[in-house]
Amino acid sequence: MSIETPLIGGPQPLASDDGSSPLDGVTVGVVTFPGTLDDRDAARAVRLAGGSAVQLWHGDHDLQGVDAVIIPGGFSYGDYLRAGAISRFAPLMEQITAAASGGADALPVLGICNGFQVLTEAHLLPGSMIKNNSLHFLCRDQRLRVENAGTSWTSEYAEGEELVIPLKNQDGQFVADNRTLDELEGEGRVVFRYVDGNPNGSRRDIAGISNAAGNVVGLMPHPEHAVEAGFGPDSSARGAVDVRGGTDGLGIFTSVLKKLVG
Amino acid sequence: MTAETTRKFNIDTVANAETTPGQSLPWAELGLKENEYQRVEEILGRRPTGAELAMYSVMWSEHCSYKSSKVHLRQFGEKVTDAMKEHLLVGIGENAGVVDIGDGWAVTFKVESHNHPSFVEPYQGAATGVGGIVRDIISMGARPVAVMDPLRFGAIDHPDTARLVHGIVAGIGGYGNSLGLPNIGGEVVFDSVYQGNPLVNALAVGVLRHEDIRLANASGAGNKVVLFGARTGGDGIGGASVLASESFDSSKPSKRPAVQVGDPFAEKVLIECCLELFKASVVEGIQDLGAAGISCATSELASNGDGGMHVELTNVLLRDPSLTPGEILMSESQERMMAVVTPENMAAFEAIMDKWAVEYSWLGEVTDTGRLIIEWDGEKIVDVDPRTVAHEGPVYERPYSRPVWLDGVQADAFTGSAAAGRPADLREAVLELMASPNMCAKDWVTDQYDRYVQGNTALAMPDDAGVVRVDEETGLGVAISTDANGRYSYLDPYEGARLALAEAYRNVATSGAVPLAVTDCLNFGSPEDPEVMWQFAETVRGLADACQELGVPVTGGNVSLYNQTGGVAIHPTPVVGVLGVFDDVARRTPSGWREDGQAIYLLGTTADELDGSEWANLRGHLGGQPPALDLAAEKTLAAILVNCSRDGMIDAAHDLSEGGLAAGLSEMALRFGVGARIGLDEVCERDGIDAFTALFSESQARAVVSVPRSEEVRFNDMCTARNFPTMRIGVVDTENGALDVQGHFTLPLGVLREAHQATLPRHFA
Repeated sequence: MSIETPLIGGPQPLASDDGSSPLDGVTVGVVTFPGTLDDRDAARAVRLAGGSAVQLWHGDHDLQGVDAVIIPGGFSYGDYLRAGAISRFAPLMEQITAAASGGADALPVLGICNGFQVLTEAHLLPGSMIKNNSLHFLCRDQRLRVENAGTSWTSEYAEGEELVIPLKNQDGQFVADNRTLDELEGEGRVVFRYVDGNPNGSRRDIAGISNAAGNVVGLMPHPEHAVEAGFGPDSSARGAVDVRGGTDGLGIFTSVLKKLVG
Repeated sequence: MTAETTRKFNIDTVANAETTPGQSLPWAELGLKENEYQRVEEILGRRPTGAELAMYSVMWSEHCSYKSSKVHLRQFGEKVTDAMKEHLLVGIGENAGVVDIGDGWAVTFKVESHNHPSFVEPYQGAATGVGGIVRDIISMGARPVAVMDPLRFGAIDHPDTARLVHGIVAGIGGYGNSLGLPNIGGEVVFDSVYQGNPLVNALAVGVLRHEDIRLANASGAGNKVVLFGARTGGDGIGGASVLASESFDSSKPSKRPAVQVGDPFAEKVLIECCLELFKASVVEGIQDLGAAGISCATSELASNGDGGMHVELTNVLLRDPSLTPGEILMSESQERMMAVVTPENMAAFEAIMDKWAVEYSWLGEVTDTGRLIIEWDGEKIVDVDPRTVAHEGPVYERPYSRPVWLDGVQADAFTGSAAAGRPADLREAVLELMASPNMCAKDWVTDQYDRYVQGNTALAMPDDAGVVRVDEETGLGVAISTDANGRYSYLDPYEGARLALAEAYRNVATSGAVPLAVTDCLNFGSPEDPEVMWQFAETVRGLADACQELGVPVTGGNVSLYNQTGGVAIHPTPVVGVLGVFDDVARRTPSGWREDGQAIYLLGTTADELDGSEWANLRGHLGGQPPALDLAAEKTLAAILVNCSRDGMIDAAHDLSEGGLAAGLSEMALRFGVGARIGLDEVCERDGIDAFTALFSESQARAVVSVPRSEEVRFNDMCTARNFPTMRIGVVDTENGALDVQGHFTLPLGVLREAHQATLPRHFA
């Protein structure tokens, strides 16, 4: 079933209209659960990166042939139980889990914030998120370091490169047992790390991780909110920018598009 | 006998009321006055049933009926000129006003109070305040796109303040963040007058196409009435009447059960499902359920439409099956909506409900009988003319009189008082000001709100106004600011209201938007106190006059009375929200400078106006007259700021208000951490003031801007052409890392930032 409520003011249709692009026919699905909030924002980020976004409904059994999937942020089912704990049982999650498992050429999947929480609940990624150590919701422009530029979602960055990406969540503290953490570190699966201060108590300053194949990535900060000059953070790790001019998150979306056409 | 038949057996039907005229009813407990109860009996020609009494008691409450304020609020309509109506698509009286912003787009916005519930139960009170105002916006057919929250607490170091700050801020964040609405502004003020009566006002903005405007009326006999969203429970019973329409009194039992409990997830789903209903055009009329719940929705929908409605109350889906009909009618359970649907559209309506897994129940239908009939299992328990419930409640011409203490207060000017000695060290004075509870950084609060979601936020805290984009292709967007100064209003309520409007208007223009329309939340003590009533009357008169002079209409708002505990009322606090429009939000002006060498100009002149100022407040003084207001100068200043934004003549702008130039310069430097060299001598000489006055006076119609060197000639020419006083007071310095007020002090930005940032964490983290 399609989603009939467009973001008011959004260009219609959402798909890119560039007929000659090598990205022709390449689509990135954005999943909407009840309570998802950043779905239109993620679709906009895909579009700004040059791709076409397809909206996917949690209750469907059909991935509509998309080439990659983003599970966006929000409070799916209100997060009243445990963030992501109900959403992982959605019909569409079965399709996503099956398509994402199977090595480096499997479906690229990105989980942002609540999407990351859903991916851990679905066991596509290890660990879990608990309440921030401040016990408050925290919204701030966060500095990150790219620790692994080899995943499907980070190839546009250089290893060690720093980014400024908005962070906004209540349950953002990444936790896992030491063996899992050692394994993640040892296999280079820590993809993003917080720098200039750990905002929420996450173990080993981890902000984002990947699965072993590198096609599934989850992170707590919101790269889709640092993709458009004028509406992003006030700063960039790459030099001076204009007011709300930070677009350091765009590389996440161009990475996957490049992989899909490459 | 089963529980079900016991309930039925105990129901007070209309037939029963007719045969038992002498039966006594608890009208006083439900908040009605004796004369009001007698009026209900006159209207009905008999005693009301229990269910009818429940309806009248909530709908005739101060909160729902505006019975004390109505006679004054009429001025907002009477003082509107045709020119002011130009952009007005829907005015006062509907769930929220709607304003045309061009290109077929419209914006709806409104500010409301949730003061009483937030004191009793801070988290849920504040959360449901957000929920309620957002449902008003949805009811107009709009997608909500932003919220903001003007908050007022008691003294920062009072033992009860932390309870309220933590609960209220978390409640606003917990609800608004879960709805996916960016929180783009507001206020946080501390003053001991709000100790027992914190003010939690909530503003929401929504966006819609002109053709999508929906109104709350039930037309078309035979159309179906449906209730959807959350189930009805026992929360919030009497919220409008016994909680929001009475003063707090420690001798009475806790009013906690009258506070509603919020479920933001249910509301988020409700937003999406309503927008889908609108898009599919399957509802004829829609009304949110807020204060007075089903009583309000049925009577207002019927009264605004064809005049009749027939409802079977046992069809209401309940959370608690033991609720009586009266309780069901009064419940203020959140996240509920009522709609009118044609029989042909019922299936389409149900499909959308099913998609979003929203529960609904068909309650009855619209009639043309002019009567609102509510049945309970087929037995008539309500038979009223809905207009008498919704619109023809009591209206009071409350006595009012100028407070006897006011002359004494106004005569006690700051200059000349014991508190007025000049600080020995201006550097320390600026640090003290910027670390003070009202002027300190509010990041500890605003970092608990999502300002990014929806991806359209072009400016948010701490800039002068919140700015959101409406149309992604053209950049069309809106700016909003809310302001109030309770101290000014205490000194002179007429001028205080005008000053609040002027500041919000100035803030919107400072961001670069053209001010277009006004919403207000009028927070006062008990209307039964003639001195409070005088403050209220003066406030409305001042606000209506100033709106007329500035040419911006009031489109809607809310009155919150009884903000008092025992005999102590809050300062009169009219919170005024102004909405402005941008052709392209890319033109918005931020509140801080960034480029080395840009010239810093002060627009406007400064007089010795410290009465009611933040500085006087820090010295424990409140007396004299608020700053003089010249609305013609405000209009010119606004026109200059808007033109500068359109023509790219300035890179930064900040209005001067609380804390004066000291606060303005500090905030501009801290916004991007860029210093400046400032000289005050020429300003002091021109205006005949000393450096302290130049820094701390709160004279109006002023702003500070930074101008690129290449634009200075054009900028000066424009100010000269408009005959507006302006003076170059300094230059942006990216190297010195300080606010350097030459001849007086150099304040390193690190020191200033630490003082500015530390206050709230020290008290609350």
